[in-house]
Amino acid sequence: MKYVAWPAARRVLLIFVLAFAALPLRADELQDIDALVKKGQHAKALERVNQYLAQKPRDPKGRFIKGLILAEQNKGAEAIEVFAALSRDYPELPEPYNNLAVLYAAQGQYEKARQQLEMSIRTHPSYATAYENLGDVYTKLASQAYDKALQFDSSNAAAKNKLSLIRDLMSSNPAPRAPEPARPPAAKAATAKVATAQSAEAKPAAAAAKPAAAKPAEKAPRPEEGDGAAVLQTVLAWASAWSNQKVESYLAFYAQDFKTPKGEAREQWEAARRQRISAPKKIDVAIESPKVVLKGANDAVINFRQVYRSDSLKVNSSKTLIMVRRDGRWVIQQERTGA
Amino acid sequence: MSRQTLTCVLVAAITFGAPSTLSPAKGARIDVTADALLAAVYEEIVGGHLDAALQNIEGLIRVRPNFRLAHLIKGDLLLARARPINTIGAAPNVPEAHMDGLRAEAFARLRAYRERPPEDRVPRYLLQLREDQEYAVVVDTRRSRLYLYRNDGGMPRFVTDYYVSSGKNGPLKVREGDERTPIGVYHVTESLPPQKLSDFYGSGAFPINYPNEWDRIQGRNGHGIWLHGTPSNTYSRPPRSSNGCVVLANSDLDALARNLQVGVTPVIISEDIEWLSPEDWAIERTSFGKQLEQWRADWESLDTERYLAHYSKSFSAPKQDLDSWSRHKRLVNGGKSWIKVKLSNLGMFRDPGKDGLVLVTFDQEYRSNNLSNTVKKRQYWLQEGGRWRIVYEGAA
Repeated sequence: MKYVAWPAARRVLLIFVLAFAALPLRADELQDIDALVKKGQHAKALERVNQYLAQKPRDPKGRFIKGLILAEQNKGAEAIEVFAALSRDYPELPEPYNNLAVLYAAQGQYEKARQQLEMSIRTHPSYATAYENLGDVYTKLASQAYDKALQFDSSNAAAKNKLSLIRDLMSSNPAPRAPEPARPPAAKAATAKVATAQSAEAKPAAAAAKPAAAKPAEKAPRPEEGDGAAVLQTVLAWASAWSNQKVESYLAFYAQDFKTPKGEAREQWEAARRQRISAPKKIDVAIESPKVVLKGANDAVINFRQVYRSDSLKVNSSKTLIMVRRDGRWVIQQERTGA
Repeated sequence: MSRQTLTCVLVAAITFGAPSTLSPAKGARIDVTADALLAAVYEEIVGGHLDAALQNIEGLIRVRPNFRLAHLIKGDLLLARARPINTIGAAPNVPEAHMDGLRAEAFARLRAYRERPPEDRVPRYLLQLREDQEYAVVVDTRRSRLYLYRNDGGMPRFVTDYYVSSGKNGPLKVREGDERTPIGVYHVTESLPPQKLSDFYGSGAFPINYPNEWDRIQGRNGHGIWLHGTPSNTYSRPPRSSNGCVVLANSDLDALARNLQVGVTPVIISEDIEWLSPEDWAIERTSFGKQLEQWRADWESLDTERYLAHYSKSFSAPKQDLDSWSRHKRLVNGGKSWIKVKLSNLGMFRDPGKDGLVLVTFDQEYRSNNLSNTVKKRQYWLQEGGRWRIVYEGAA
């Protein structure tokens, strides 16, 4: 699981930019503190951020960094307090929910983690990190259920979890949020579908509290809506496998009859991909403005902006995936770059 | 994609195997059993409502916290959100053997739900319920199911059914320790309260009369075949997990217990219940009833050889074979000027085994010029070359 290190949604960033413009010194201060965190000087960083917050007690970015530092120092309860307060004050930010989830999960409180991640996704429907984390939490919850089914002792199982905070502004990859005038309405609709499908399904109890958001997906689920969401989820998972440099999982997203871009042999293409994906120290792939078009019950086309970053390369491109459903699973049949 | 896969798995799970001749029961049955809830969860999964399915399975777990299968399905529903799964019990890194019992239970419960017998069908074995038998129990070891019937003037009427576990090594018990469940016509002989039992037997036990007279004639042995409950650490056990007993969930055993009469209630254990339409059932009943009536009339007629023709060459009675029986009957009948035989409280049960056997029980009121008595009798009739003959007769 990943922590979010900085509030990353663009609208939030925009607010910060304005704030920094007014208070350039403060911006520098936060950057300095962040540098200290990255160097592992947590005590010093905490001291500085506390000083900063003494002057700007409500500042979300400062509080966010403070939460992170506390998490790094294994002060889980205090970190939870900071992120929970931040969520209360800024319920529209997805990152504090995500980080709360990570902290709850570290304590073995997977149900709470699940709720927080679902909140995160509700505020930010195409938030890949939260999806990935939610996948881990579901796996963990499933494992607890299996332990009960098989009457295994689960006391050891909780010891290890691979959750990690989202650490860095650049490594979290949310899709742009409204208002985004350039964005075609269909893209928004596709994203919204994921939101309703995910939030309504994942947390029926919470959905009941917010009937307006949850009802449509639960009450009259048109098959197209569910399928659109499934396509998008598949693509987010594909991007996540790529980002995590899990080559085999990444390759598993391609259909057996995948049309290689240059018509080369499948083995050849796979070998090239393996090399490309495993070579960089770090890869990050974000999906922005996804737009799903369902062509038939088992055929879909998804367009999106692909924001690729590795330690050496940054490429922002438009991508089209032609997806087919095989044995109930969406897979990629063709991959095209460029509009 | 996970949703699709899970749905496929579950649909495949319950539709595999030979198509059933049974169709889902019509008419409303109001129950809140684990199976009904499980079936609802199944319907939701098939309908693609995985969220509702998870909600319901969590509800089921609240009511039955030790229902291991429910935890398993919950695990699957959660895991399906994280990654595609391709089987029931998709827990990673678990030895298959651990999972097999729970999978088998899932299949058994869902299939039983899908293949509930039509309510107007009658198990072939219940030819005639005795007046004093308020209920009858029929077990299907292949389906892992126990069916309860009410006596409606001799006609069995379906009441309810329960999931059961039976012998590890399957049906057809023959020997002590073979861990099989006997197939045959039995009755409840005792009621053991939980206070007298270890936790292993759950909320109580009802021993049955295995080995019965026919089993002994066949040389079958062993003992201690009970209907009983489940230990406190689990709601239910896998379909084939007992040492030969028929095991119910404690709540099911408690409900069933209210309808069991010690020494009276028949418990018929079959491998695979044969169901008859009421018409066919009536034909079999009438046909067999005529045989029995002929035996009674032939006895009254004082034509001893005609009477003895109803007995098989392999006939036995307690401490008697056909020869000694025949000698005795000829002697007794020689001293009679008249005999009147009245049968009442008649029960007729076809044995589910392959032998073509019917157990007849009745109160026999015997009157004659020099002796009268009333006894409770048990007879086993065997079909031999197209004719029914008595292979065992004794007092109950």
